Amino acid sequence: MKHPLRPIALAIAALCVVGCGADRPDAAGGTPAPATTIGPAAPAAPKRIVSLSPTATESLFAIGAGPQVVAVDDQSNFPAEAPRTELSGFRPNVEAIAAKNPDLVVIADDSAKLADALGKLKIPVLVQLPAKTIDDVYAQIGELGNRTGRRTQADALTAKMKADLAAAVAAAPKPSKPLRYYHELDDTYYTVTSTTFAGQLYRLFGLTSIADAADDGSGFPQLSAEAILTADPDVIFLADTKCCKQSARTVAARPGWSTLKAVKANAVVELDDDLASRWGPRIVEFARAVAAGLPRS
Amino acid sequence: MAVAVGRLGIGTLAPVAGSRIAPWLAGGIAALVGAVVIGILTGPAGLPLGGSLVEMADRVLPVDLDSGLTAAQATILWEIRVPRVLLGAAVGWLLAGAGAAYQGVFRNPLADPFTLGSAAGAGLGATLAIVYGPATGSWPLDPLPVASFAGALLAVAVSYVLGTGVDRSRSATSIVLAGIAVAAFFTALQTYVQQRNTDTVQRVYTWLLGRMSTATWDDVRLVVPYLVVCSVGLLALRRMLDVLRVGELEAAALGLHVARVRLAAVALATLGTAAAVSVTGLIGFVGIIVPHTVRLVAGASYRRVLPLSMLCGGAFLVLADVLARTLASPAEIPIGVVTAFFGAPFFLLVLRSRRRA
Repeated sequence: MKHPLRPIALAIAALCVVGCGADRPDAAGGTPAPATTIGPAAPAAPKRIVSLSPTATESLFAIGAGPQVVAVDDQSNFPAEAPRTELSGFRPNVEAIAAKNPDLVVIADDSAKLADALGKLKIPVLVQLPAKTIDDVYAQIGELGNRTGRRTQADALTAKMKADLAAAVAAAPKPSKPLRYYHELDDTYYTVTSTTFAGQLYRLFGLTSIADAADDGSGFPQLSAEAILTADPDVIFLADTKCCKQSARTVAARPGWSTLKAVKANAVVELDDDLASRWGPRIVEFARAVAAGLPRS
Repeated sequence: MAVAVGRLGIGTLAPVAGSRIAPWLAGGIAALVGAVVIGILTGPAGLPLGGSLVEMADRVLPVDLDSGLTAAQATILWEIRVPRVLLGAAVGWLLAGAGAAYQGVFRNPLADPFTLGSAAGAGLGATLAIVYGPATGSWPLDPLPVASFAGALLAVAVSYVLGTGVDRSRSATSIVLAGIAVAAFFTALQTYVQQRNTDTVQRVYTWLLGRMSTATWDDVRLVVPYLVVCSVGLLALRRMLDVLRVGELEAAALGLHVARVRLAAVALATLGTAAAVSVTGLIGFVGIIVPHTVRLVAGASYRRVLPLSMLCGGAFLVLADVLARTLASPAEIPIGVVTAFFGAPFFLLVLRSRRRA
């Protein structure tokens, strides 16, 4: 799965193309990312948490709140012991969620006005929008710690993440000149700019996106094949190995792509789509995968 | 929609002399060739114009020339840009030609290549292929174009079979109505499958919006046989479509086998539409606006409307794609946005200027 809001944003964008002329949705989440709570106050240590956010699911389990989680959405595929259900975070069904009798619901997007609906049922909702900065990640994990009575574990986790990230950056090869990357979100060449959350992780390694000139404000522009070939990135990161079944082999087989520096130098990095699109504890793994794929010159 | 059968395209059956078609055809060919040349010479890579022309001559003509382009530039020109331009020309050609045929055969100005549900059928096929299909390259054939092609044909076949023989005096209308029902049904299935698999919703929408960004020579090779069959077949029907303009009963009285002509035209137009849709997804607007613009400018005879729609449809889509590639360069604008944003005002301009004339 990708950036969990992107499909929705694209869907709305598609509808706008077809019909209305509404303002384009901000794919990165238009409002500040740190958590907001809506509805009645939750118990200090909720025992029946429902997570409709794959990122929050990962964080909850990482801070040891897993036993308090009774249900997670259909996209929450990590960790394996998470109680995955048919519940959907994209088209949430209020009755189905309420039937789990939750004392806290965590979501990553409230475009469906889920918080209002659950508020009427006196169910507290925690909204954790997609992180815009790495600090947002730590803040959201801290918030989850506060809300589940596991602040200590949350602080330990964020401290470890910071140390691990710093170690990954320190151990990464230092190129003689700044490298430029192309991060592929799907096989029609949607990508990220350096200002997106993924872009900021890349910046830790001194990498800049070839799409910065194409930034349309969303941070997720679609590039033309010509522009990619002209830009000739030093390294290609594929975040569409699951959704679109792309690989270093399929990239090399695209017409004209075999001439790219990144393809010739075997610097096409196959990422796990989920790692590259979530903003939870596994950003460390994402960073390690990036570091491992950097060309050693 | 179907009851809005207007009088557009139903005029007098004035004979059109061959000598008067030739200048129009020449103009159409010039427009298409001009658009293709512009398409090949413009793009975000900013290749040198002279070098690109020489490189094209080197590739196309039996001469050996040195264009001065680097290997990377030559690759961009020949592997990325040229197939994209040619695919745009072929898809615009097919959609506009199919639209003209649909409007003629149903005597309905609102008909377009997707009237009988081909878009909904193709959408369902594409969604099924994206959701349940195998990995790219693990099959000898990419399942996406095959499934969307089959879906389009299936939807139209169902519409046609269910719509015929309902009401003898209004058979065209009942086929169109059946098409609307079938399209709604297929769209419902497509939406259901898509919502059950939200992780693929992004790919599905990208497909539905239409795309030229990943055009390859394989796509061009896939479409060309259909383009030949569809064009030759439809052009052979042009006189019968002219007879049909007087009305179904009148045409039958003149000795035309209306049902047969309709079946042939729908089959050919659908084949072309399905081929176009299978490689570029859904590109709206071309199939309805281009034939009407041609009618307003060059007259309503299908001897003109069919060939000119094909030529101008190709030119229109190539130029629209030039804008899609360059306006936000190096980013892309969805092709459907460009065709409607620039095509709609242009069409209104033509419509109003003809009314005053």
